[in-house]
Amino acid sequence: MRDRLIFTGQFLFTLLVAAFLVVPTALSITAGVTTNYFRGIQSGLTLQWVAQVWDLYADTIGLSFLIAFATLAVTLLAGVPAAYALHVRGGQLSRLVEEIITLPIAIPGLALALALLLTYGGFGAFRRSWLFILAGHVVFTMPFMVRSVMAIFASVDIKTLDEGAASLGASPWRRFRDVIVPNAVPGILAGSLMVVTLSLGEFNLTWMLHTPLTKTLPIGLADSYASMRLEVASAYTLIFFIMIIPLLVAMQMFAERELTR
Amino acid sequence: MVLRLEEQGHHHLLSHRSFVGLCLLPLAAVTVAFFLLPMARLLVTGAEGPQGLAGYVSILAEPRYRATLINTVLLAAATTVVTLVVATIAGIFLQRHRFPGRAVLIAMLTFPLAFPGVVVGFMIILLAGRQGLIGDISSLLAGERLVFAYSIYGLFLGYLYFSIPRVILTIMAAVQKLDPGLEEAARSLGAGPWAVQRDVVLPALAPAFVASGAIVFATAMGAFGTAFTLATNIDVLPMLIYTEFTLAANFATSAALSVGLGLITWVILALARSFSGSAVAAAG
Repeated sequence: MRDRLIFTGQFLFTLLVAAFLVVPTALSITAGVTTNYFRGIQSGLTLQWVAQVWDLYADTIGLSFLIAFATLAVTLLAGVPAAYALHVRGGQLSRLVEEIITLPIAIPGLALALALLLTYGGFGAFRRSWLFILAGHVVFTMPFMVRSVMAIFASVDIKTLDEGAASLGASPWRRFRDVIVPNAVPGILAGSLMVVTLSLGEFNLTWMLHTPLTKTLPIGLADSYASMRLEVASAYTLIFFIMIIPLLVAMQMFAERELTR
Repeated sequence: MVLRLEEQGHHHLLSHRSFVGLCLLPLAAVTVAFFLLPMARLLVTGAEGPQGLAGYVSILAEPRYRATLINTVLLAAATTVVTLVVATIAGIFLQRHRFPGRAVLIAMLTFPLAFPGVVVGFMIILLAGRQGLIGDISSLLAGERLVFAYSIYGLFLGYLYFSIPRVILTIMAAVQKLDPGLEEAARSLGAGPWAVQRDVVLPALAPAFVASGAIVFATAMGAFGTAFTLATNIDVLPMLIYTEFTLAANFATSAALSVGLGLITWVILALARSFSGSAVAAAG
């Protein structure tokens, strides 16, 4: 009897917490397709707000994808070889390098953005282009790629594989391409998902680094929250959810596979 | 074998050592250009105000800055405590029981994980804003519209919103690793359910509390998007830095405040890591 009561209490509590997280999301999705949110859903369903968002903000969505995939490309090109090098070298210096590149996770985006502005604010062409935002996103997401790949290297005993291939006469580059990278694929995929998701949703850095001509999706969202009617802001949020949820589901599946391994 | 290896080494244009060095080069270039150099610049700028190096002291000495700092620390601490309590109750429950709909419930509790701060702010507006659900309910029940989204209470609710999903997963993983034998032993020795929780389960979860608590605290200290969406006049450190930089063009003070904020979050996370022995990271 008492166990039953405890179970019910905990269940209701957990349900309440879930409602706190889910109800506003549901409200936002309905508001985005409701003709008049103030009058409620009986005012009718419509896609006019979604269409309006598309007219006003389509370019922010495009730029967000451009920056997310450019960030992914840079973190792959710089992060994967670095993860390999840090793993095989080991020792104090490698740990120090890892520590330094992980710092941007521990430092608020605002501080990083300020640092970038103070350093490169005077380089007009660079400051005005989307590459400036790219630089911030790369620094912020790099540790996720490097760590995710290093975690895989730690679990598959890459050193033995590498030495084996070396003893068969494979050059360092061929070993990297044919042995190291294929073995790191799960880590590379998990890191890539993380990098793209973080870049698409990044606001703290981007708000400081953007210009009126380089607005990303989260910048547009903040803009619509401040100046548009609730239905338009909700429709915009709905579009963001549709973009980000497949990525989240994929990440969750990865995490579950890691847990069951 | 050894001989062959050495022989091969001579044939390659690139030795293994220099290849490994080359692998680090792109990362080193990116990190120096877009992280280390800018951070050095930030440190120098903090000391370039009219007060010089004393500018760093003023972020603690000046009453207005100190009040904001205390406010931010209190808010982050409250967020940490409440998040840990809520996530522990729900996390233990979800890990210990199997029932229909459990997977859906877990998905509901973890999906806001990747919501940016601005979106979380909007969620709070929908809950507690001028057209919000809480206002609707309270005006129906009490005849008065309860609106608190645009205050520090709204910000607190927003921080709970993005902290709970992060912590629940950590707690669930920690509960999974607990040894059920210990609880059984305590029970067979006559301990009641509360005593088992208090004396066996909660102490065993301490490392998870420290690790995830540090992430919540550091994230709440530095989060900017949620506060920005809710109101620009909420008195927390990130908003102060933002207004000092953009509205007052007070570069030295905003740089000094950023350095101070970065130092606090970094120290908290480093302490938690050395204490719990596992990797700790905060984002958001």
